Amino acid sequence: MIAPNPSEKTFLVRIKRQDAESQPAYWQEFEVPVKPAQNIISVLQYIAANPTTTSGEDVEPVVWDSGCLEEVCGACTMVVDGQVRQSCSCLANEQLAKTGKDHIELEPMTKFPVVRDLFVDRQRMFDNLKKVKAWVPIDGTHDLGPGPKETPEQQEERYAYSRCMTCGCCLEACPQFTKDNTFVGAQAIAQALYFNQHETGKKLKGERLDELSGPGGVADCGNSQNCVKVCPKEIPLTQAIAKVGRQLTVHAVKNFFSAK
Amino acid sequence: MPETHPRVIVVGGGLAGLAACVRIAEAGTPVDLFSMVPVKRSHSVCAQGGINACNDVARQQGYSEWQHMDETLIGGDFLNHQPPVYEMAHFAPKIINLLDRMGVPFNRTSEGMRDLRLFGGSLFKRTHFAGASTGQQLLYALDEQTRRYEAQGKVNKYEFWEFLWPVTDEEGRCKGIIAQDMRTMEMKAFRADAVVMASGGNGLIYGKSTMSVICNGAAAARCYQAGADLGNPEMIQVHPTAIPGEDKCRLMSESARGEGGRVWVPRQQNDDRHPLDIPEEERNYFLEEKYPGYGNLVPRDIATREIFWVCQEGYGVGGENQVYLDITHLPQATKNKLAAILEIYEKFTGDDPREVPMKIFPAVHYTMGGLYTTYAPYDPETDTITPASAPKREPNQGMAFGDPKNMMTNVSGLYAFGESNYAYHGATRLGANALLSCIFDGLFNGLSVANHAQQSGAGAHGTPAAELPQSLYDKFLKQEQDKLAKITASTGSQDPYTIHRELGVEMTAAATVVKEEGRMLQAREKLAELRERYTDLKISDTGHYTNQNVSFARALGDMLVYADALLEASLARKESRGSHYRSDYPERMDEEFHNTSRVAFNAESGRPDITWEPIPSPLVPLRARTYGKTDVVEDKKTQEQEAAAS
Ligand SMILES: Cc1cc2nc3c(=O)[nH]c(=O)nc-3n(C[C@H](O)[C@H](O)[C@H](O)COP(=O)(O)OP(=O)(O)OC[C@H]3O[C@@H](n4cnc5c(N)ncnc54)[C@H](O)[C@@H]3O)c2cc1C
Ligand code: SF4
Ligand code: SF4
Ligand code: FES
Repeated sequence: MIAPNPSEKTFLVRIKRQDAESQPAYWQEFEVPVKPAQNIISVLQYIAANPTTTSGEDVEPVVWDSGCLEEVCGACTMVVDGQVRQSCSCLANEQLAKTGKDHIELEPMTKFPVVRDLFVDRQRMFDNLKKVKAWVPIDGTHDLGPGPKETPEQQEERYAYSRCMTCGCCLEACPQFTKDNTFVGAQAIAQALYFNQHETGKKLKGERLDELSGPGGVADCGNSQNCVKVCPKEIPLTQAIAKVGRQLTVHAVKNFFSAK
Repeated sequence: MPETHPRVIVVGGGLAGLAACVRIAEAGTPVDLFSMVPVKRSHSVCAQGGINACNDVARQQGYSEWQHMDETLIGGDFLNHQPPVYEMAHFAPKIINLLDRMGVPFNRTSEGMRDLRLFGGSLFKRTHFAGASTGQQLLYALDEQTRRYEAQGKVNKYEFWEFLWPVTDEEGRCKGIIAQDMRTMEMKAFRADAVVMASGGNGLIYGKSTMSVICNGAAAARCYQAGADLGNPEMIQVHPTAIPGEDKCRLMSESARGEGGRVWVPRQQNDDRHPLDIPEEERNYFLEEKYPGYGNLVPRDIATREIFWVCQEGYGVGGENQVYLDITHLPQATKNKLAAILEIYEKFTGDDPREVPMKIFPAVHYTMGGLYTTYAPYDPETDTITPASAPKREPNQGMAFGDPKNMMTNVSGLYAFGESNYAYHGATRLGANALLSCIFDGLFNGLSVANHAQQSGAGAHGTPAAELPQSLYDKFLKQEQDKLAKITASTGSQDPYTIHRELGVEMTAAATVVKEEGRMLQAREKLAELRERYTDLKISDTGHYTNQNVSFARALGDMLVYADALLEASLARKESRGSHYRSDYPERMDEEFHNTSRVAFNAESGRPDITWEPIPSPLVPLRARTYGKTDVVEDKKTQEQEAAAS
């Protein structure tokens, strides 16, 4: 590999590595030259091309997940210096300036099984979308005219929820969401609300609320509000949880009266 | 899941792949969906601008589906076939309605109707949009419908699985695929009676582009090596203003120039002063100087070429491939108007463009060429869909709905949809037409796939996949296992990331904005050298679990093969047409080159064989263009406005 030029300014990157979910985690440190406007992904790319640690050991390149590199796909989410976020929109220089340290620490998200190194398996989030029936039950793809009209205000409210990129920041930050419980978390609850608000999506409202009234549903939320603080798309998550909570109350009353 | 037959495999879960899944599952054929990433993270999320379709408002102002088709054909410089474009433009309004019913939060007018925006200088508003993230919103809607079918057991997802090779029977019909789980590295053969490639574009061949990191085109390149031809691989769209980054180039919208942004470089080479310390007279506003009439708003291809040239001559900022796009002088109100795009710049560069001029450079943006496909033109004689009460169309006005030939490659049973399909955009893609073509492929041509699979399952095209001998699948599985074992065991001296970087640099210099024979011949040598070095790989990860190093090295081999085809077709097309600009042949030459460059992989030489296939013009005659000096700008201006792509 190319020896780092001694006159070149560098910084250190500590990465928590793990060969698989069942394997123990360990840390490695790499030295990376400072470049302007360098995000964490380019840092990882540099390390992939120069996989030698500061102790001079040639190691297997670090594994990570990424896609759009524009903060819209959610793939590259990880824990940077203790904070969960997208690594593609995290600039190394700004991060160093923010923490005032000479190094950056990268860790995989802790609430999901590690596939390898910084790459985690967020299948549970997609499964939760299935649980809350996060779709509009259309009749089919035939030409049946336009969808329901909606006001610009309604559109704006729905648009806020529709930008959720299933990144999992809200779940990583949530004290109630753990690797081995069944809580669906803020993301799925907000998506349930998103579809409950749509004229056609409403048809499944009852089924969604049934799902969210049981174990793992809205009652598991401890209202700590961590989720809304870390959501990169600024989705009004706590508001969504409160609204679904109210829908649940109405739903429960209805169920009570319609019960035999 | 038990094997029921017939089945369909869809490779790719972007807009094209998901629309295909929904349509094929709806037709009652189970689908196995493969994607390298969870489908909801596919590259389609990146599209911001919108999706085109004629609608009632535009229609009442004189716009029509016919005109949408016409614009698409002129945009494509007549390299696109007319019947498929006719069908797409006429089907478009139905797509918007359907997406609307699926719950896409399209922007609304005060009356609650879907709002429209003006795009690329068109006189008619015909672009539908959902905030500043249309692609994301459309992808999510289709992802949700796919999940609904998944919950019903009609779609089976294989996410984090990489497509490696199509399986073909003795007669060369596609009967399945070989794929690998990118986490466990398990490799398997899958049976299917039809396979749809919806694997997207190939910007990664150029190193950095505006595309996602997964857009390496390897999937299409593998089909090409397995016998599926390519169409017009030389047609690549370059966007003039992108933000060069260490990792990728991010799009900078044209509205920055539209609102008064100025493009310049220091007059002095390698001037290292802070840009705002460089006095006015020492700045070269090269677009304004060369094109006093249009200034910074010259047509897109001219802007792209001028920026490219100024940097080639060594005047790029800091001697690098970048020029200033300056909005610092604009009034605060204008800066506020541009807030959304300025924030993107700030987020990814750390610089505030309100204070410091932005650094931009053209970047590869879209793959017009791709897998070669066929279609059955509409024929009123065989039309059984149009009700007796309605008038039938004229011949060639569209495609025969449900005909298995639609968007099938030259390999029977192997289809290509979306950006990996060469069909709709010819030599340039119109802005906001890509999302349309992807969804159109899935929804309109999905039925063709289902029909082919049903026929195959019933034995119409050789033995149904479910009944073929296991030995056939094992043969292809072994081929891929051997290939992988060879790469994993490489102990040579060549780092795949270095080869990739050199490939990107070479392709960007030789085959993007301006192409010229001498430079391309040099690139031909370079590609030969890279192919040679590729046989001597050094693999730093020898692990057998989630080995991204090996996956990347394998895809690199396929990128080299595709780059070769792209370059050879660029050399062979001795004319300029749409995005393909040859400085040594600056004119469009219809006599010789109003033809598809159809490229077949020659398995013996490992090199491309090019044949020229004439393009019929049954609906719109080719329009003559004048190339008088002053007219060029005029003519290109309207052409480019129509073709403005985002
Ligand atoms: C920045 C940007 C902005 C754009 N804006 C617009 C716009 O405003 N309007 C417009 O019309 N168009 C726009 N486009 C173009 C448009 O976004 C794309 O053409 C379109 O999204 C491509 O969709 P697709 O379904 O063909 O492929 P993609 O969305 O790229 O999906 C490809 C799929 O194939 C899978 N895949 C690839 N290779 C393999 C393999 N080997 N094995 C398994 N799976 C594989 C991937 O995992 C993925 O699921 C834009 C493009 C860019 C880059
Ligand atoms: S408000 Fe509820 S969902 Fe959000 S972080 Fe707290 S406990 Fe978790
Ligand atoms: S709600 Fe926000 S933080 Fe949670 S998954 Fe969606 S985008 Fe990410
Ligand atoms: S790579 Fe898509 S959000 Fe970072």
